[in-house]
Amino acid sequence: MTVPISKTAPKMALSVRDLSVTFRTTDGPVSAVDRVSFEVDAGEVLAVVGESGCGKSVTAMALAGLLPGSATVTGSVRLGERELVGASEQALRKVRGSEVAYVFQEPMTSLNPVFTVGRQIAEVLRVHRGMGKRQAQARAVELLGLVGIPEPARRLREYPHQFSGGMRQRVMIAMALACDPAVLVADEPTTALDVTVQAAVLDLLRDLGKRLGTAIVLITHDLGVVADIADRVLVMYAGRVVETAGTQELFDAPRHHYAIGLMGAVPTAARRSEEGRLREIPGLVPVLAEQPAACTFADRCPAADDKCRTAEPPLLPAARPGSAGTHRAACWHPADEEAR
Amino acid sequence: MRTYLLNRLWQSALTLLLASIVVFLGVRALPGDPALAFAGEERDPESLAAIRARFGFDQPLLVQFWKFLTAALSGDLGDSTRTGIPVTSMIGSALPVTIQLSVFALLVAVLVGGATGVLAAVRRGRPAEWFANAVALIGLSVPNFWLGLIAIIYLAVGFGWFPASGFVPFTVDPVANLHHLVLPALVLGSGLAAVVMRQTRSAMLESLGADYIRTARAKGLSPRAVVGSHALRNSLVVVVTIVGLQLGALISGAVVTERIFALPGFGKMTVDAVFQRDYPVIQGVVLVTASAYVLINFLVDLAYSLIDPRIRVTGAAS
Repeated sequence: MTVPISKTAPKMALSVRDLSVTFRTTDGPVSAVDRVSFEVDAGEVLAVVGESGCGKSVTAMALAGLLPGSATVTGSVRLGERELVGASEQALRKVRGSEVAYVFQEPMTSLNPVFTVGRQIAEVLRVHRGMGKRQAQARAVELLGLVGIPEPARRLREYPHQFSGGMRQRVMIAMALACDPAVLVADEPTTALDVTVQAAVLDLLRDLGKRLGTAIVLITHDLGVVADIADRVLVMYAGRVVETAGTQELFDAPRHHYAIGLMGAVPTAARRSEEGRLREIPGLVPVLAEQPAACTFADRCPAADDKCRTAEPPLLPAARPGSAGTHRAACWHPADEEAR
Repeated sequence: MRTYLLNRLWQSALTLLLASIVVFLGVRALPGDPALAFAGEERDPESLAAIRARFGFDQPLLVQFWKFLTAALSGDLGDSTRTGIPVTSMIGSALPVTIQLSVFALLVAVLVGGATGVLAAVRRGRPAEWFANAVALIGLSVPNFWLGLIAIIYLAVGFGWFPASGFVPFTVDPVANLHHLVLPALVLGSGLAAVVMRQTRSAMLESLGADYIRTARAKGLSPRAVVGSHALRNSLVVVVTIVGLQLGALISGAVVTERIFALPGFGKMTVDAVFQRDYPVIQGVVLVTASAYVLINFLVDLAYSLIDPRIRVTGAAS
């Protein structure tokens, strides 16, 4: 007897446990990602937020084993019943593009300039679904229509340089969704686009994710994008998760001082009239040879004391009384609501 | 496309006209008198004058050039002052040898150079790359004639695997024809192979670092599809350009190679003609070579648009 799965309980698509990435460089090892854990459910959008160099893109690439040979990956990435960390290259190839698909930042350079977009979409279907040329082309037309490209049958035969930036990103999304993947990793999908186009592409991503039940891992540094489409947020700093919460919870009451700093750095009309200039977080994200037994944000944190510099804060529940309780922060001195 | 072709056509015509002027004046600027070379032992003034009159060397340069030009346009390049044989028929028998040699050398260069270039890029920083680089360095530094001599000494004379010299027309005996051309093609192709290898390697390294390669890998394509299809296609423009440019070097290399292996080709004919001050032959040879250059450049331009859709030939470009 199989137990029927309740329709209300969302199916977990991807589970990441203690994922760590270290790069061998000529200057010695560099720790890029340190014990990152998260889950994404089918149809859910999880945003991974942080500054450049916080390890969010490395995390994204590590999911399907796309990092170069100089990277050492430990921990666990579970896709359904399968473990992807340490899986063979052959097994990973079957997963990439079919179960875990990617959309990258630069739609101009991410598409191959010498092949038609139709060929590039059909390629995924032929490799993973074993479709013939004609069948794959027909499906590619459907996909282009799905992502809102007008006259898909004609545009299929065109080359990437004949598309606008937003349309190219739609092609990338069509390509990523071709095999109906369980997880879509979107690494800064709208950063290179015009603001008006950004909104349309984000809407498309969210809409398709819900409709097809695709779990979306959205890598971004843009809190506007997060607020727009994410269900939950993971804030990363120097390779660690420092705070995680539902999007509303995080925007209402960030607990980690880094998250507070990030939000303070978002331009708004109100802030401009109050202070005349944006608040910034002093200093830079450190490059770490190894992860210290301390809070990595301590050197830039207004609330840091000796404890922060000698002991690593665990990721503990930090929800306000009465809230859902998924809010967690890795801080010895989490900020109160008034402190903002 | 039509405008483009018309543009190309008159540009080519202009190039050929300029080339013929340069070579016409060039051969006449050479020290040495063709009449003396032709006369041999009979050097009395009357014989010399008769020879000059016969070939038209006594007329003003402009008149000579006009005659050469009008005759050339009707397909007559004159007769050799040395043998009296029409230049067109000399070229007709020598050109196929050189074309065959060049095409084979080109095949050697593209196959060997392309394969090692891709290998060096894919196996970057590993022994395979060092090996490929070493081979390329040797290919670039070793002169053709030395390599040719070594090949003759060891592969032809020593092991007896290949004939040391001579040529058999393809129509007479295809196997013997190919057998005779193996060593010359390898020797002539080696230098170009090294150039192709280096260019392929750097173009492939650039392609392999591109974002679309990351996309291709993220799509779950095999390394073979990623390298052989996505990266290689993007590197081809560079390789085709280099091959086109290097065909000139190939023709000059053919001169040396043909001499070493005693092939009755264009190169040998040119060298002989220069030493004998055989004006009509030199002029004819240069004209045909220049035409070949023009044609090759045109083909290279056409190849671009086939390889890279972003490059489309239009009438708008110069």
